[in-house]
Amino acid sequence: MPWCFHICIDECSLCLQKIQEDLNKQLLENLVGFLSRSHSDFQEKTTEWTCRMKFREIPTAALVLGVNVTDHDLTFRGLSGILQDNITPYVALLEAKDCPGIKNLMQKLMGQLMKCDIDVDSLEDEDCVQVSQNRIRCSMSSLISWYESVKKKTDSETPSKKRNSSSRHWQSPPVVVIFKDMESFTTKVLQDFIVISSQHIHELPLVLIFGIATSPMIIHRLLPHSVSSLLCIELFQSLSCKEHLSTIIDKLLLTSQFPFKVGEKVLQVLINIFLYHDFSVQNFIKGFQLCIVEHFYSQPLSVLCCQLVDTKKRACSLSHDQCENIRKLQVLSWLKRLKVSVNVVLITLKIILSLCLHVFTSSLPKYPLGKQIRELHCACLENRVWETEEYESSLQLARMLNKTDLVTMLQQCVEILMSSSGKEFDKTSEKLKEFLTQFQNLEEASQEQDMSVLSQKELQKKTDLYHLQKTLLELKESRRSKKLTKFEMLRFEVVDYIDSLVRKYLIPADDRTLHEVVYFNTASVLREHLNAAPRTALHTALNNPHWYLKNQALKCDGGGISNKAPDICIAYKLHLECGRLINLVDWLEAFSTVVMAAEEPNADAASSDQVDDTIHARFIRAISELELLGFIKPSKQKTDHVARLTWGGC
Amino acid sequence: SQHFSNLRQHFSFPSIFIYGHTSSGKTYVMQTLLSTLQLPHVFVNCVEYFTSRLLLEEILIKLQSCSGTEQTSPVRCDSLNDFVRLFKQAVASQELQDQTLYIVLDRAEQLREMEANILPAFLRLQELTDTNVTVVLLSEIVWELFRPNTGCFEPFTIYFPDYSIGHLQKILTQNHPPEYSADFYAAYINILLGVFYMVCRDLKELRHLAALNFAKYCEPVVRGEANERDTRKLWKNIEPHLKKAMQTVYLREISSSQWERLQHDGGEPGQLKGLSAHTHVELPYYSKFLLIAAYLASYNPVRTDKRFFLKHHGKIRKTNFMKKHEKTSNHLLGPKPFPLDRLLAILYSIVDERVAPTANIFSQITSLVTLQLLSMVGQNDQLDGPRYKCTVSLDFIRAVAR
Repeated sequence: MPWCFHICIDECSLCLQKIQEDLNKQLLENLVGFLSRSHSDFQEKTTEWTCRMKFREIPTAALVLGVNVTDHDLTFRGLSGILQDNITPYVALLEAKDCPGIKNLMQKLMGQLMKCDIDVDSLEDEDCVQVSQNRIRCSMSSLISWYESVKKKTDSETPSKKRNSSSRHWQSPPVVVIFKDMESFTTKVLQDFIVISSQHIHELPLVLIFGIATSPMIIHRLLPHSVSSLLCIELFQSLSCKEHLSTIIDKLLLTSQFPFKVGEKVLQVLINIFLYHDFSVQNFIKGFQLCIVEHFYSQPLSVLCCQLVDTKKRACSLSHDQCENIRKLQVLSWLKRLKVSVNVVLITLKIILSLCLHVFTSSLPKYPLGKQIRELHCACLENRVWETEEYESSLQLARMLNKTDLVTMLQQCVEILMSSSGKEFDKTSEKLKEFLTQFQNLEEASQEQDMSVLSQKELQKKTDLYHLQKTLLELKESRRSKKLTKFEMLRFEVVDYIDSLVRKYLIPADDRTLHEVVYFNTASVLREHLNAAPRTALHTALNNPHWYLKNQALKCDGGGISNKAPDICIAYKLHLECGRLINLVDWLEAFSTVVMAAEEPNADAASSDQVDDTIHARFIRAISELELLGFIKPSKQKTDHVARLTWGGC
Repeated sequence: SQHFSNLRQHFSFPSIFIYGHTSSGKTYVMQTLLSTLQLPHVFVNCVEYFTSRLLLEEILIKLQSCSGTEQTSPVRCDSLNDFVRLFKQAVASQELQDQTLYIVLDRAEQLREMEANILPAFLRLQELTDTNVTVVLLSEIVWELFRPNTGCFEPFTIYFPDYSIGHLQKILTQNHPPEYSADFYAAYINILLGVFYMVCRDLKELRHLAALNFAKYCEPVVRGEANERDTRKLWKNIEPHLKKAMQTVYLREISSSQWERLQHDGGEPGQLKGLSAHTHVELPYYSKFLLIAAYLASYNPVRTDKRFFLKHHGKIRKTNFMKKHEKTSNHLLGPKPFPLDRLLAILYSIVDERVAPTANIFSQITSLVTLQLLSMVGQNDQLDGPRYKCTVSLDFIRAVAR
């Protein structure tokens, strides 16, 4: 089975890579534009008076990336790749944890810049490498002399051999310094660096990029005016992570080209982790990949989860056991080939249709079926969507749409259907087109019969309130009793048709035969892996050791403390009954009572006064283990007491 | 000439301390003086050479090129002792013994952060090296803040006063653009100072602002709507523009290049949102609640927790003590630290549904700390019950809670 898993996961990662590349395209293009503008301005009009008078600021891009810090790495990697391809070979990425002081910052910066220099200039000048590795003076002046030497070298090389490699960059390419996590840098380091580099901006064309997770206000919070006035800050904003997620869901889950699907509960878990906890698209993708792994690992039928063409081949090669498996699922084996293919087709249909439905409902007021297509998708997966109240109300609203809205929506639906390659929808799109032409005919017809227009005019004539009310009432009456207009008839027809489509195709996943092939549905596994609760797990382990150890002797009967349990469990259970401060002597007493209860049930009373040395040692060990786990700590308030660090039963 | 070179041979005062506010001409005067009189000097910025080793090495390197020889070789100087030795050698080899050598240390306040012996040694460098050298310290702060506890040689102190509005006017007018007359430019500077003098007296910044907005000032003249003497018309044109500049470009809300582009295209500055306009931060659901809980924990006293967050809290006892205390707003006192447990307890009570204490919740607290929305108080052991403070403002938390 490994091959189908590999195909699936490879396809997934390939797809993701493409999405990632496209996503931040706009942002990166803007940034590249800014960078190419930043220093060329000065090169063009150095002679002008304004340029002489103007203070030369350091061009700075404030890049607002959102709070999903885990995703930033990828963005920065893409950014530095693009910069190196298009603008400059000199890009340095700095992280706050590497730069506690200005000295470390300079070291890191020079290390990165000089290394990239070596990469560019191949290996022909190794002596230069040796010099730089010996001992670099980490100061701006050595950086400048390095820059000048590099510039000279590329200048001399341009006419001869390296024509196309250096033509991508300009004569004096800027040096880009990226501060990955602006919030974590200390004020002093940033200030010093900016002050230093602003003094040498004429010799070293520097460009700064601040990676900001919260809001650009942080710049003003970190830098005083005297320093921020040295910068020429422009703001760039990346796509919000919610939009990012929507595109990923669109491209990964709501397409037919990718066979693997996740069930409603699983999708809910993944989305909840995203929305409630981290906003991290990377984590979402990792969770999705985990789903694939789990699916192929635990579901024997997953062998059929592949592209439609391969499915037939694979279905033929199923072993007897696997067939048995399928038979167990109440499917006749001779039907399997047909069913599987139909199943996949159905999924395709369903997805496209949900898109249509989305177009239909998202423009309705109050969004009865959710604003995002993923919400609708979840709703459809969960149960029969046409039985829900929301669906009912959205149909009601659809029946009241005016003509222009209805027509544009129909057009959109047709477009969506046309863009899907399958033949299955030819009939549907034909039907929709027919509706559209009917609407057009209506328009022509309406010019002839202008009954309603006439009554409108009458309405306008009446100025007196009483008459107006009366006519309005009459109008209403007549409308109710009157036969429906042609338009209304048509509208009903359209809505009913859409409704029939929904009922036909949007069957919940669980109701379909062989849904196990492509749907992964064990949400509990995923939750355990992705949203672990260490504190709860620890409590369970200590409070109820049977849960993990599976030893019959440990099975406790209703809250009592078994003396067979490990020492730490006994100590833990006893400490749950105590308050904020625990008297160690009392604790030891209780501990020894519990332990002794089993070991020497008929020991004489005299020895119980004096606690056995072994028990004492065991108690001390249990206590120190609890301290290590962070449940208690020595207290300074009372000498023979310890303080509890947790409260309640967790 | 003979007389002058004799004069140069005299030993001057060992150290001079010059101080004055930002852009009061300290550095400029010093540089011009030294270069017009062609005095041998070394000019070093202490911010740039941030460790004592870098600083000392830089002085020695500059010294090599001081008397015209371009060839410089890397120097290694690890301590002040080495420095004195190498310095003497360098002075001898450059044949500078017969005149005073000046070492100017700009932004000298940085010296205080280096090793304790650096500042006193520079003040007595003449004595230590036994050469004719004067150290000039330039700083923005007064000498009293420099003086080490152990005492040191007192330098000769000179104060550079701030430029008055008249001075600024004169200096700014001097660099008028070649295509316009000095009077025309002086009128412009007058208007500019009228707007900006209240908030900014930094010459560099004013010059920058003058250059940025001059094109707009000239606009009516270029278009032929007014002549150069039409001051009133010109004033009407430029004044609101400058006021807008004060709110945006001066505060670096929008960058100067954006400002220029706006001016060029004739657009309204309102179209471009400044940095402060983007205050909204989107947070995950539980992060929002964590932040709100942290805010409540930071600004509410512990004893009110029961009243606010428990369903059956009993009667509120109003004592005189409480009334007296509540008068000073907690917002004026700033955030108070709180333990992790309290934060979680408040979180559980403000979120409607049950919150499982998952690893994700705890990591969200940590990521709030890295985003500087919370801050950790006391960097002690994590197991020891960490304490936090909420660092965001009321407005921010209001926006989050909405």
